[in-house]
Amino acid sequence: MQRIGVFVCHCGSNIAATVDVKKVAEAAMMEPGVVHSDDYQYMCSEAGQARIIAAIQEKGLTGIVVCACSPRMHETTFRKAAERAGLNPYMVEIANIREHCSWIHKDLEEGTKKAVILTRAAIAKVNLNTPLKSGESRVTKRALVIGGGIAGIQTALDIADAGYEVDIVEKTPSIGGRMSQVDKTFPTLDCSACILTPKMVEAAAHDKITIYTYSEVEKVGGFVGDFTVDIRKKARSIDMDKCTGCGVCQEKCPYKKTPSEFNRGLNNRSAVYTPFAQAIPNVPVIDREHCIKFKTGKCGVCAKVCQAGAVDYEQQDEIVTEKYGAVVVATGFDTIKLDDFDEYAYSQSPDVITSLELERIMNAAGPTKGHLERISDGKAPKNMVFIQCVGSRDITCRGKSYCSKICCMYTAKHAMLIRDKYPGVNVTVFYIDVRTPGKNFDEFYRRAVEEYGVNYIKGQVGKVAPQPDGQLLVQGVDLLDNKQILVEADMVVLATAIEPDSSVRSIATMLTASIDTNNFLTEAHPKLRPVESPTAGVFLSGVCQGPKDIPETVAQAGAAAIKAVGLLAKDKLLTNPCTAKADELLCNGCSNCADVCPYGAITYEEKEVNDHGIREMRRVASVNNALCQGCGACTVTCPCGAMDLQGFSNRQLIAEVDAICR
Amino acid sequence: MLNNAADQAKRIKEISGVDPLKCMKCGKCSASCPSFNEMDIKPHQFVSYILNEETEALVNSESLWKCLSCFACVERCPRDVKPGKLIDGARQYVVRQRGQDYLKADEIPALLDPELPQQLLVSAFRRYRR
Amino acid sequence: MKYSYYPGCTLKTKAKDLDAYARSSAKALGFELEEIENWQCCGGVYPLGTDEIASKLSSVRALNEAKEKGQDMVTLCSACHHVMKRVNDDMQHVEDIRNRANNYMKLNEPYTGETTVLHFLEVLKSRIGFDKLKEKVVNPLKGRKIGAYYGCLLLRPGNLLQFDNAENPSVIEDFIRAIGAEPVIYPYRNECCGGYISLKEEKMAESMVNTIMTSASGFGAEMLITACPLCLYNLNKSDVATHLPVLYFTELLAEALGVKEEVQHAE
Repeated sequence: MQRIGVFVCHCGSNIAATVDVKKVAEAAMMEPGVVHSDDYQYMCSEAGQARIIAAIQEKGLTGIVVCACSPRMHETTFRKAAERAGLNPYMVEIANIREHCSWIHKDLEEGTKKAVILTRAAIAKVNLNTPLKSGESRVTKRALVIGGGIAGIQTALDIADAGYEVDIVEKTPSIGGRMSQVDKTFPTLDCSACILTPKMVEAAAHDKITIYTYSEVEKVGGFVGDFTVDIRKKARSIDMDKCTGCGVCQEKCPYKKTPSEFNRGLNNRSAVYTPFAQAIPNVPVIDREHCIKFKTGKCGVCAKVCQAGAVDYEQQDEIVTEKYGAVVVATGFDTIKLDDFDEYAYSQSPDVITSLELERIMNAAGPTKGHLERISDGKAPKNMVFIQCVGSRDITCRGKSYCSKICCMYTAKHAMLIRDKYPGVNVTVFYIDVRTPGKNFDEFYRRAVEEYGVNYIKGQVGKVAPQPDGQLLVQGVDLLDNKQILVEADMVVLATAIEPDSSVRSIATMLTASIDTNNFLTEAHPKLRPVESPTAGVFLSGVCQGPKDIPETVAQAGAAAIKAVGLLAKDKLLTNPCTAKADELLCNGCSNCADVCPYGAITYEEKEVNDHGIREMRRVASVNNALCQGCGACTVTCPCGAMDLQGFSNRQLIAEVDAICR
Repeated sequence: MLNNAADQAKRIKEISGVDPLKCMKCGKCSASCPSFNEMDIKPHQFVSYILNEETEALVNSESLWKCLSCFACVERCPRDVKPGKLIDGARQYVVRQRGQDYLKADEIPALLDPELPQQLLVSAFRRYRR
Repeated sequence: MKYSYYPGCTLKTKAKDLDAYARSSAKALGFELEEIENWQCCGGVYPLGTDEIASKLSSVRALNEAKEKGQDMVTLCSACHHVMKRVNDDMQHVEDIRNRANNYMKLNEPYTGETTVLHFLEVLKSRIGFDKLKEKVVNPLKGRKIGAYYGCLLLRPGNLLQFDNAENPSVIEDFIRAIGAEPVIYPYRNECCGGYISLKEEKMAESMVNTIMTSASGFGAEMLITACPLCLYNLNKSDVATHLPVLYFTELLAEALGVKEEVQHAE
């Protein structure tokens, strides 16, 4: 017979205002198996926990019920307290009389009645609890970082500096990401490449970091501490060991008609290319889709001119399989497509550009060698218009509902840099709000207005109409003056909304990491656990979790790294013991359970079973306790009742229902 | 005819089906409106006149009759406010009262010309009269 | 292939051309426009008030006629297209309007938005296909630089009319290419011509159409084509109209298909 203790929490007035906690405690004492009941202001506090521990020890309790808030809040707290008192932590049940009772009812009598029923159900369940024991699983001391931008690089550096092996997988030919495309960074106006490349070099040189570029994650199996990942190293067609990075192949390549991804299509690149001069690794890649040799069999110039003999047209993709303990996602972002925003004439005029395209134009290594010129005719602009919030803060199906966070700052940056370098150019910014909250950020934007004379107009733009003479007529409104404004501009820059990189859906699916409706990876708790995915072993770094600028990205990258290191530092992990278990004597080998398991945790094995004296080989289900998340789908599907969930057995659930219906 | 501004504002909101609270005051409607310069109360102000219950000014404004029902504001508003429907709500509120038509039948003959298509008269009648 | 055809009031009077050219072109392309019996004027503008039912009934009746014949409804006038599609959308999605309209009209069966409403251009694009149209062209309008004037009612609101990308449409430009001519793109092709404002506010309408016509002419258009009689009327009031003629797209279609003369002889 169990000796159950029931502890009813007041939770200040959160529960006590709508539930008569003393009555609940009294009613609990009447239940079978209950030998102790108590009520207290804040059961989760030190003092509250002390009461529980004392009662367990003094009264020799074999199981406890805590009537309090949702188990999501404090189940772990009370399990730990029980453990400290010498009681198995799985002999603890929570009756949720807050979220499920006091917070949704207003009437004291009703609330109390319901709380008593919920308590009875929990008592009925704990009477049938068994002292479960957590299993153990191993931890591979190696981390995987998916994405080689500043977020991925920083996370990898921090993990490696802590002494652990880490692999970076980057799908483009070089690490560096979006930061490598930026010209200058706010608010310091540092040259972006100058502050990024030292980190890139450090990552490449670090003995604990392995970088896979032009590679993608193809398959993920396993679970926290023990992931098995297939990485596809796409064929570069260049032997990385032989290539010296001299660049002659790129110079001599005859096919230079492919739009450069790095320069956002503003100029072309050769078919054999490195994306930018400081690329790491400094080994080019042959774009087989545009290479004459691969398309027609003719050419082969690069192989002829390569002094190192590094060109290898026969090279094949290679699959590398590695084991990891932790995975960090750092897949970054891209700007949205502007097909649904053609009131701004983006598709109709080459002089209407996005802010990222402007970064490339202003960059000395970009398509115009850093000269500010119109794409259409190469002339220097005299009047520039910046339009904010293109596609952001937009709840219609055209745009994204969120604020993209970085645009107010980078537009102030662009405006200031242009006014500084070309004082004769008029710069107008049409905005809804100016959002510059970071350290020194508001001062930065005010400098743009007060010291550099950037004309900020509060009001949006309705239409950009290209004129026959090549000018752009911008029709906007000045809400403070209550006038429609027409600006004849030479260039219009659109601060376009950003969205997570296109690879995020497949990566999230492979990792079973949840994403929200905007494709940003969800964090375990938006306030308190911002760098962990709810999926154990998966961590989030950078814009893949939400729009943010470089300082925030670097901060978050470090946070994700330490979380990953915290995991890797363990020698073993405790697994959740509330997993499914098949009764071998009842299992008929039908495979229904394996088919419905979303985690692939069930396999079948041939086993000798002793069924009441009859020994025979049977095909029975076997559950991997480390993979099983205890969802219970298999228990419902099992046609013969062989599959049951430890900690939530069928018997226990019926007992709860019986207690409620009494 | 409702006498009280709060009721009038409520009625206009009902007829239009618009939720003025959705507006984020970006001004894209006014920036897109071809009739902006002819209006005394501008498109981006329609919602605040309704929220502040300044219905007297709104129903007496020129804006009601200068709106073209071209839906540029509806198409481009990022918050799905539909200002064009709101001003039509105010317009409906006015024309449904006796004697408040903007277009009187007697005015028509002077405005006709041989090419004038029927639909011009029909649409004008529909918008400017009960 | 037969379509229920809703001509609208103006196509029977001041815009007979738009109608006649359309019918003979349809014949040449192998489909038939069967005029709906007893149709009534759609009202020219879509009644925006949430409580307006009576003004939508004529449209519902026409839509129902098409439903009872099991046919799609085709219309030529941009304004009618706008009204029909929006009333149809109400009958599908707005319970209040659907119930009240059906209660009032006592049709054989309640109408719940079953009919598909198509503009003639949508028939050309999706049902016939511009490739097939190109094959049937006997008289390609080579070298002609033609601007499309969409106007606002054909396109907006984009999510309800689903006609084309409201800010960057391409249907009429594709049509122009299919009949052998060269389309001219200019930024004001989707902006309002003024519509009903031209009745009482001539100056306003004039300034609007001047912007449109000047822009089209500036980009090299020698001619504009449109689908709405009111747009045509308004555009022709511009000074620019003296050297930039505005025609119905069906006239060019008929010319390209070689049936224009038939129509002109018939008239």
